[in-house]
Amino acid sequence: MEHAVETTLTVNGTKVTRRIEPRQHLVDFLREELGLTGSHVGCEHGVCGACTVRVDGEIVRGCLMLAVQADGCKVETIEGLSDSQELSLLQKAFHEKNALQCGFCTPGMLMAAQDLVLSKRKVSREEIRMHISGNYCRCTGYQAIVDAIEEVIHGQG
Amino acid sequence: MGKAELPLHAPGTQVDRGYIGQSVPRPNAARLLQGRGTFTDDLRFPRLAHVAFFRSPYAHARIRKLDFSKAIKSPGVLAVFDGPTVAEYCTPWVGVLAHLKGIKSPPQHAIAIGRACWQGEAVAAVVADSRSQAEDAVQLIEAEWEELPVVVDMEDSLKNKTTIHPELGDNICFKREHDTGGVDEAFAGADVVVEETFHFGRHTGVCLEGRAILADYNAAEHTLTVYHATQAPHMMQDIFSRHLNIPEANVRVIAKDVGGSFGIKVHVYPDEMATAAISVILRRPVKFVADRLESFVSDIHAREHRVNIRIAVKKTGEILAFDLDDLTAIGPYSVYPRTSGIEGNQVVNLAGGPYKHQKYRAKMHVVFTNKNVSCQYRAVGHPIAVALTEGIVDLAAQKLGMDPAEFRRKNLIPDDAYPYTFPSGIKFEKLSHHQTLNKLLDVMGYEKLKKERDELRKSGIYRGIGLAAMIEVTNPSPAFYGVGGARISAQDGATLRFEPSGMLTLLCSVTEQGQGTEGIFAQIAASAVGVSLDKVRVITGDTGITPYGGGTWASRGAGIGGEAVLLAGRALRSNMLDIAAAILKVDKAELDVRKNSVVHLLTGETRIPLSELGRVAYFRPDTLPLDFQSELTVTRHYTPRQYGFTFTNGIQASLVEVDPDTGFVKLLKHWCVEDSGTVINPMLVDEQIRGGVVQGIGAALFEECLYGPDGQMLNGNMADYLVPMSGEMPDIVCAHVETPTQQSQLGAKGVGEAGTAGAPGAVMNAINDALLPLGARVTAMPFTPERILRALGKV
Repeated sequence: MEHAVETTLTVNGTKVTRRIEPRQHLVDFLREELGLTGSHVGCEHGVCGACTVRVDGEIVRGCLMLAVQADGCKVETIEGLSDSQELSLLQKAFHEKNALQCGFCTPGMLMAAQDLVLSKRKVSREEIRMHISGNYCRCTGYQAIVDAIEEVIHGQG
Repeated sequence: MGKAELPLHAPGTQVDRGYIGQSVPRPNAARLLQGRGTFTDDLRFPRLAHVAFFRSPYAHARIRKLDFSKAIKSPGVLAVFDGPTVAEYCTPWVGVLAHLKGIKSPPQHAIAIGRACWQGEAVAAVVADSRSQAEDAVQLIEAEWEELPVVVDMEDSLKNKTTIHPELGDNICFKREHDTGGVDEAFAGADVVVEETFHFGRHTGVCLEGRAILADYNAAEHTLTVYHATQAPHMMQDIFSRHLNIPEANVRVIAKDVGGSFGIKVHVYPDEMATAAISVILRRPVKFVADRLESFVSDIHAREHRVNIRIAVKKTGEILAFDLDDLTAIGPYSVYPRTSGIEGNQVVNLAGGPYKHQKYRAKMHVVFTNKNVSCQYRAVGHPIAVALTEGIVDLAAQKLGMDPAEFRRKNLIPDDAYPYTFPSGIKFEKLSHHQTLNKLLDVMGYEKLKKERDELRKSGIYRGIGLAAMIEVTNPSPAFYGVGGARISAQDGATLRFEPSGMLTLLCSVTEQGQGTEGIFAQIAASAVGVSLDKVRVITGDTGITPYGGGTWASRGAGIGGEAVLLAGRALRSNMLDIAAAILKVDKAELDVRKNSVVHLLTGETRIPLSELGRVAYFRPDTLPLDFQSELTVTRHYTPRQYGFTFTNGIQASLVEVDPDTGFVKLLKHWCVEDSGTVINPMLVDEQIRGGVVQGIGAALFEECLYGPDGQMLNGNMADYLVPMSGEMPDIVCAHVETPTQQSQLGAKGVGEAGTAGAPGAVMNAINDALLPLGARVTAMPFTPERILRALGKV
């Protein structure tokens, strides 16, 4: 840890200061140092989307961002957005429509879906499909996921 | 017996399907939705050490020397192991089964000794305080290699110019021939003979969660607890026990949440065995999680086949005979303990499966190559068998000028012909090909789609419709593995415990990989006992507490595990009524359990809430008759035995549009009509079928493990190995015919693999239908734009 860099970030509303190795990715920091294991590691090269988290309001791949780059940033994960109830409509729709099977992709998928929900655009199924095209799900046929997101987007005021 | 008459309850009680057939959400999904599941890599242990593997950079090379002197000094490193050291603790294995006559494979070690036979084979293990430190040290291992001749192409392997394992004599792992006789005569007497060669690209499972294992050896007790992302905990318990020489009951395998399996996580992997051995050596918990890059070169691959197939047909459209020659390559070892002979064997068993011809001949060779090993992956052999059957059937229909649906109708086994023995020797209890065909054509609006297609062709839009009828193996009996000597259980068990508050705890040996096992078991248990769904808790995936069983594979969870749950539920309900009768001093026959209460059978009037029954049974048994002992925990098991397999059937259709300028295929829609017997939860079944279809579409359009002539995998990452993402996928319409199996009370057949079995064939036929007016045809999966443009003569 001789090259560790003191880094301060806010994770799910809590200020955290740690000495972080510059090479550590954000998702590894969240999982290994903070024990926030809801963000998953699927490919570690930015394709699968399982590690998607929100940094200063933008969704990012936790495997493509270094933890030290999050210095001064506000980081939100599946655990935080579950506790704040921000994802409750999506989680309910995913549950009722069985828009998950093994659940490994689900936290990242929900982060990506919420990004679309927050845009407040009344998007089509095709646009939903495109928006979540950076999130790999091997179990479902994606259809129930699209159904669930569509319901939330078109059900909101 | 129709589904409404299913005897879900104890004899003499009112028939009530309860939750069977209802689309209720899975209770266990809630934790996954909040990121609060527990996948193996989420576990935290004191003194946990991490393993990273040094893997062979060559497809075939002798290990001249391994120098660990730098690696061992790297920060955080605890130990570095080579093959011989690990072999002192873990015995090698041989992936053969007695009922696959003549199958051969050399002994395989947890870490290669002396020689590496594929690029990616583990040749050393580094253990460190963190995974990154272990990976740092792997870079410091110095190896001296002597490259050996590489066998990459399966035709070359069959010719045996270079023998990978000289001690075996040749490169043939397994071969099989099947002949009903009369095939040559049938071809001689046919009006039309069509022939085709199909190629299937080697591909892999790409589970989003990599393989993961955390082994924790306790030297004081000589016990090994293994947290393992596996489909078959009891099989692994047996394997760890025998190969690490630890008594069976001292090994406990726990599968917490598992991030997708699809057959990938049901095999013995050398790096996982090494991890368990290292835990024993170091006497501490040790973890290995396959990262994505090493997954591509170490997770099993599957489905590299070349098949020549001929079909003999009469002018009237009657199929007389099929004749095929299958060649498949499996890497340098037959995978333990299921062997790598099963996939090709299934192609021989299943090709031509939906049809009523009587003459059939098949020849099949399984050969070794210096590529990653290959073995059973979702729908084992079915996607090959279905695609080549349906591809040649379409070609025959085309040659005869017959509509593909009509040609199939003429040849499908009649719905009243069962029980039926197919020319390959497999037996069908009861299938419904004609019902599923009719339903499919109706649901998809077949005639209208054909008109649209023909109309659009005039304006240069090339759409195609493809059909694929299928049969699918489910609920295997011991005939699949057990008879061949594999210690893989064909039976499963369920334990139901009635809790004092009136709740149920269910322990079952079938595991949950996301398909909804725990959800449907809760539905079955609640229905069988007479409680509401919220009263049931389900525990799976722990050899320390569940009954013994096979786990999850071959579409067996609902049909076998579900039946065990049903039987346990019925027995528990009966025991509960015994207690109620004792408390109330009435005849048991007057009572029933409904909605969490013991009620009067005829009036439905509540006699005792179950919470009261629990209170008396557990805390005031002194008030019960002196000779009465309540039994509120029951265990039941189930083994399918009447048939080797419970076959399901179904048919899929694909609608595509091919752009002849770019070679791109746009999937417009997909349909699947499946008869999986009793449907326990339609919502779960439909999305599982859809997921299977999408996996099959991946094989048809995108996925292939590409190898260079030196045996190097060229696209072992997710940027270059393409998987289906939501943007390219169509909406998929599912419909059902329900023909419950009579082998069980529940009647469920299984559904996990049907989508994957049929989709590649349906997509292939749709593409070829679209290409028909352009005079082109493709037969090598995946159907990439390049291959389509080549077929069109444009590149």
